[in-house]
Amino acid sequence: MVAAMIRFENVGMRYGTGPEVLRDIDMRLDAGSFHFLTGPSGAGKSSLLKLIYMSERPSRGLVALFERDVSSMPRGELPPLRRRIGVIFQDFRLINHLSTFDNVALPLRVAGQSEDKIKANVTELLTWVGLADKIQARPPTLSGGQQQRVAIARAVIGKPSVILADEPTGNVDDEMAVRLLRLLEEMNRLGTTVIVATHNHYLAQRMGQPRLHLDGGKLSLFKPEAPDES
Amino acid sequence: MIGRGRFDIPFARDGSVRFLPWIVALMVYLAGLALAGMLLLDAALGDWNRGLNGVMTVELPPAANAKDGAEEIKLVVAVLQATPGVAHAAQLPREAVAKLVEPWLGGDEAVGQLALPRLIDVRIDVAHRPDFEDLRAKLANAAPGAMLDDARQRFDRLFDLGRSVEVTAAVILLLIGIAAVLTTVFTTRAGLAVHQNVIEILHILGAHDSYIARQFARQALGLGWRGGLMGWALAVITLLLLGQAAEHASVFGPSLRLVPSIVLQLWQWALLVLLPIAAATISYFTALATVQRALARMP
Repeated sequence: MVAAMIRFENVGMRYGTGPEVLRDIDMRLDAGSFHFLTGPSGAGKSSLLKLIYMSERPSRGLVALFERDVSSMPRGELPPLRRRIGVIFQDFRLINHLSTFDNVALPLRVAGQSEDKIKANVTELLTWVGLADKIQARPPTLSGGQQQRVAIARAVIGKPSVILADEPTGNVDDEMAVRLLRLLEEMNRLGTTVIVATHNHYLAQRMGQPRLHLDGGKLSLFKPEAPDES
Repeated sequence: MIGRGRFDIPFARDGSVRFLPWIVALMVYLAGLALAGMLLLDAALGDWNRGLNGVMTVELPPAANAKDGAEEIKLVVAVLQATPGVAHAAQLPREAVAKLVEPWLGGDEAVGQLALPRLIDVRIDVAHRPDFEDLRAKLANAAPGAMLDDARQRFDRLFDLGRSVEVTAAVILLLIGIAAVLTTVFTTRAGLAVHQNVIEILHILGAHDSYIARQFARQALGLGWRGGLMGWALAVITLLLLGQAAEHASVFGPSLRLVPSIVLQLWQWALLVLLPIAAATISYFTALATVQRALARMP
């Protein structure tokens, strides 16, 4: 049996004393799987992702990542697990005063890698994503597509086991969106577990991957339709 | 690209820390003056203590005639020398007495015509101090009008006052230290609020709280050190100027100053050098602890 990379059991989540934004979530995502997370705006997609990248804790239930219960794990034990997750945000969330190089190097620096190793790895990756000539540029001077490539490079530089993409196609043109999704599929083929949150469920259907659908805080799983053989 | 001084958090754009070096400079400046005052006062009290310990004066009113006066002096000196605990007793020459009153009466020849009191300089064995009440009674018998002036007793109140001022200066130093800690705490908390987004990104990327706290601490160390050096330099300039002013304030020559000498010894300057180091150290550890405590409360 394939190990569960992400497991939710009866998870509920609320902000402060507000209403529950996620209710009774049960799911199990295996290592190496690819899922879209769909749902209308405000359905709780970002909250679900926050639980996975451990920016928030559930109000109730169990969240297990890499077969470890992180619901009540001490703060000091979370960083090594967070380093195994790469996150791509819709608004990229790059640090504007840092260069392209330093933004991509951040995950390696916080992990305490040597500067020699960081320089070699980051330069190679930036060359691969076509930003070798922008290594010293600050994010505000880059185009939207270039910023997205920096954000992707930052998410994958640490060779994560899981990649979470929150509305990654929201701020780029269609061509760039398709290229990004193909890149994520390629990473998935190499063994990375991928979750892509999007409000565009037509896009998710077109890619032929299983879809987790959130509505009113409740989660449903839709498997891709089998090809029509008639 | 990968500088040692690189911060992941954009402190350079943080207006809340812009005034921190100036606040630290002011605190170190005040601390420098308080510490220098304390050191100078301590040295002066020590000197006075050493000078007055074991020194007494017996004062006799001016004699009606020279012969009776000389006899009286002989008698008093004999009483003193026979008293256990008195190590030495000798009359001060008239010229020495005239020199003592010179600052008030001037050095004219007319002063030489005045009837000046006669003084006997007495040194006592500080380990076996004489019985002063008994000695006073014996002196009154030997020479009516003789007054025993124990400088030690006279200056005790002054010493107490001096020690009180020293304690006050120490309390001021302590308060400045507390103010430095509180200023760093509030500035760091403001910084945490301003840079909340970047801190969240660093956490998501797997940064430990200590990684973020060290960045704030390094920033505070730099600001504290810069402010500390400015305050220290200003304090040194002020002390040197005050030293010059004290030299020039001497009306009656270098032996008689209206303002005490403000000259620090080498070891006292070395203590002052510790102030900017202390300011930087306090800033570093206060910021480190403040950030770690604040982040520990996050989910």
